[in-house]
Amino acid sequence: MAAVQTSISVSAHKVQRPRPLFARLMSDYGQECVIIAAILLLFVAVGLYNPRFLSASNLNTIFAGNAYIAVAAIGMSMVIITGHIDVSIGALIGVLATISGTLAVSGYPVWMAWGAPILLGMAANFVVGWLVAYARIPSIVVTLGMMSILRGGLISVTGGTWISGLPKAFMIAQWKPFGLPFPIIAMVVLTLIAAWWMRNFPFGRSLYAVGGNPEAAKATGLSSERRVLAVFVIHGAFAGIATILFATQLQVIQSTVPPNLELTVITAAVIGGVSILGGSGTVIGSTLAAILFAAIGSALIFVNVSAYWLRAVIGGLILITVLADMIRRRPKT
Amino acid sequence: MSSNLEEQSRTPPFVRLAGISKSFGQVKVLKDISFDVRPGEIHALLGENGAGKSTMIKILSGLHQPDGGRMEIEGQPMRFASARDANAAGIATVYQELLLFPELTVAENIFLGHYPRKAMGRIDWTAARAGARALLDSLDCHDLDVDTRIATLSVAQRQRVEIAKALSHKARILIMDEPTASLTEKDVTRLMEVVRSLKARGVGIVYVSHRMPEIFALADRVSVLRDGMMIDTRAIADADEATLVSLMVGRSIEQLFPKGEAKIGEPVLDVSRLNHGRLVRDISFTLKRGEVLGIAGLVGSGRTELALTLFGITPATSGEIRVMGKPVSIRTPRQARDLGLAYVPEDRGLQGLVKSMTINENLSMAALDRIAPGLFLNFAEEARRAVDAVRRLGVRARAGIHQPVGELSGGNQQKVVIAKWLETRPDILILDEPTRGVDVGAKAEIHAMMSDLAAKGLAIIMISSELPEVIGMSDRILVMNNGQVTGMIDRADATPETVGAAMTAQTKSKEAA
Repeated sequence: MAAVQTSISVSAHKVQRPRPLFARLMSDYGQECVIIAAILLLFVAVGLYNPRFLSASNLNTIFAGNAYIAVAAIGMSMVIITGHIDVSIGALIGVLATISGTLAVSGYPVWMAWGAPILLGMAANFVVGWLVAYARIPSIVVTLGMMSILRGGLISVTGGTWISGLPKAFMIAQWKPFGLPFPIIAMVVLTLIAAWWMRNFPFGRSLYAVGGNPEAAKATGLSSERRVLAVFVIHGAFAGIATILFATQLQVIQSTVPPNLELTVITAAVIGGVSILGGSGTVIGSTLAAILFAAIGSALIFVNVSAYWLRAVIGGLILITVLADMIRRRPKT
Repeated sequence: MSSNLEEQSRTPPFVRLAGISKSFGQVKVLKDISFDVRPGEIHALLGENGAGKSTMIKILSGLHQPDGGRMEIEGQPMRFASARDANAAGIATVYQELLLFPELTVAENIFLGHYPRKAMGRIDWTAARAGARALLDSLDCHDLDVDTRIATLSVAQRQRVEIAKALSHKARILIMDEPTASLTEKDVTRLMEVVRSLKARGVGIVYVSHRMPEIFALADRVSVLRDGMMIDTRAIADADEATLVSLMVGRSIEQLFPKGEAKIGEPVLDVSRLNHGRLVRDISFTLKRGEVLGIAGLVGSGRTELALTLFGITPATSGEIRVMGKPVSIRTPRQARDLGLAYVPEDRGLQGLVKSMTINENLSMAALDRIAPGLFLNFAEEARRAVDAVRRLGVRARAGIHQPVGELSGGNQQKVVIAKWLETRPDILILDEPTRGVDVGAKAEIHAMMSDLAAKGLAIIMISSELPEVIGMSDRILVMNNGQVTGMIDRADATPETVGAAMTAQTKSKEAA
């Protein structure tokens, strides 16, 4: 930190003082801090009411079992920050999981069963991204269409059967390197890499510009088309990774679309502080929000409330978060 | 100053346009434009709305590519494919609607697209913040924190960020599009200092503005665009305001306020001792058929409040209103409308028009009951009325009545608002700042339209902040200050001095006749 300060005073004749840590945290990561506080509060409160909530197996269910949602929400956050949306993510994960599982039980090498969802996710989203960026069709329309195609196609082809007999080597979500479940490691590492990339690299930063003020981005010489296409492809890769975590956690894969998955993923992004209008938010927030939902869902069971309340609680959270975002965006004087 | 000018005229231009032309579809927007800017020069660019200024700016800043002609940078032919190319060549632009990213910080906005880098292409935030600080300090903006989000800044502060952003590109030419349009007086002074200091550093400035005092205070040379053609470029010493205006509009300034003769008829509106709140106090006046009654006063003198009270938006708390001699009570805008009043508010965008709807649809909104006698709209009748209104008022629209209003120029939008209210067949038309924000040519057309309406027997109340307009257009002028009538001046006695004196008078001088 000292070195940083000297370099400032050398290059500028008036020193721009570094901001106090707390002010910086609150202004840059306000939403993230609020969610961390909410998670801690929830764990303490429910843990006191029913200590089994904090048991290792339950924590494993909460964190490892929902890591795939957090991973999918990373890509979704990037898409929303760039000013778009993807409602086909649930259907895509369903289709990719079926393909991956089918490859695995048909005797293809494990690396192909893992690689296929990532590559196919990128390919599918290349089409979506091209239609959005270059054909200028609104992303909600393109992805609604994509969702119907994937859903309809999946049911027609597979009839919704179960894929079982998955080879042991395929089950990467059940790995425990260093004693930690692999999905948790993947979630943390991917979130940190994505956050670092979005903060410290010009291409990552430019996504905020394209989503925040497309007009200005153009006048600055940033091509929004290329960025939108790239973001959808990256989002496809994250969808592929999420698929692997999702498909390898149980012994069977049901070849249907997981219900409401796209809503859960979009909601994680929005509650994590990604503005639905584009231009602001972080992937750290979306990952934290995904953990928060998983914890709420589990907590409801432990305090004997019907799990159906989960959706109502999350719905309330969405409205509160978006309202807060609108108030925050209102220009001051 | 003059030796300075001579010295400048020997400096070769940094950027030069020669014979530039540009068309959008069938419409030729720029024809054979020649223009140049020298280092350290402030070159003012004048022209009515639609004259081609913004297209020319966009060509200079790389957002549009010309169809023909040459562009040269320091004598070398140059083509810009994007804004990035123009920035790289040393041309930066501060647009009127500031193009910043509200959710990003000051430092980020300044360096977006060309961040200082560290290893692996990472952004060097320390250098970016320090660089932003240094740039802002060089503009004397020590009070602006580089870590603030843009959304929390005032318009003037945002503009300084834009200028710093331009400087971060090492701009040799800075194009400023109407930089003072939304600034307060104090901020204008500060901006002019900044512009002068840039000039002193050798930056060439293209200064686009309507405001004559600024142009005469700042510019070295001035160029006038009209109908896509470069009409004239001359040294500011060889120009005066009247010449520039007539070059801009293609006719002389005397022809701009043509209130024609109209037969003044019987009284249609009689107001006595009207009150509402602090800004409408004991107002009395009479309005006659065929008359234009101007209402003058400073901002906050109660002019608009009087209109709102007359139209029933803020109903009177006491006093009497007679329409056609009959005492009436106006409690709602609907009652006012049914009594034959129409009110065209000040901000046409906010209150007058739905910009995404067509001329046709906007026109029928105020008179839906006439077009839809039963359950359904009579589309033939709707179109017939719209075509008639567009022709009568001279609205210029490429796609006729089916053009969305948002695509029209300001003056033509204002004509549509007026036409919309005329659809209700009023006897009394209240216009609040009818020509604010429209260019000189459209202004003249709106004035001609008002004269025409008065000649047909309409009684018009016109609220205006522009003295020449009030004096030129009004048969009588009601002057307000502090919510009270401070003068009622006949056309014959109206001069800027008499009206101006009444605007600041503290007591009631004369009651209305």
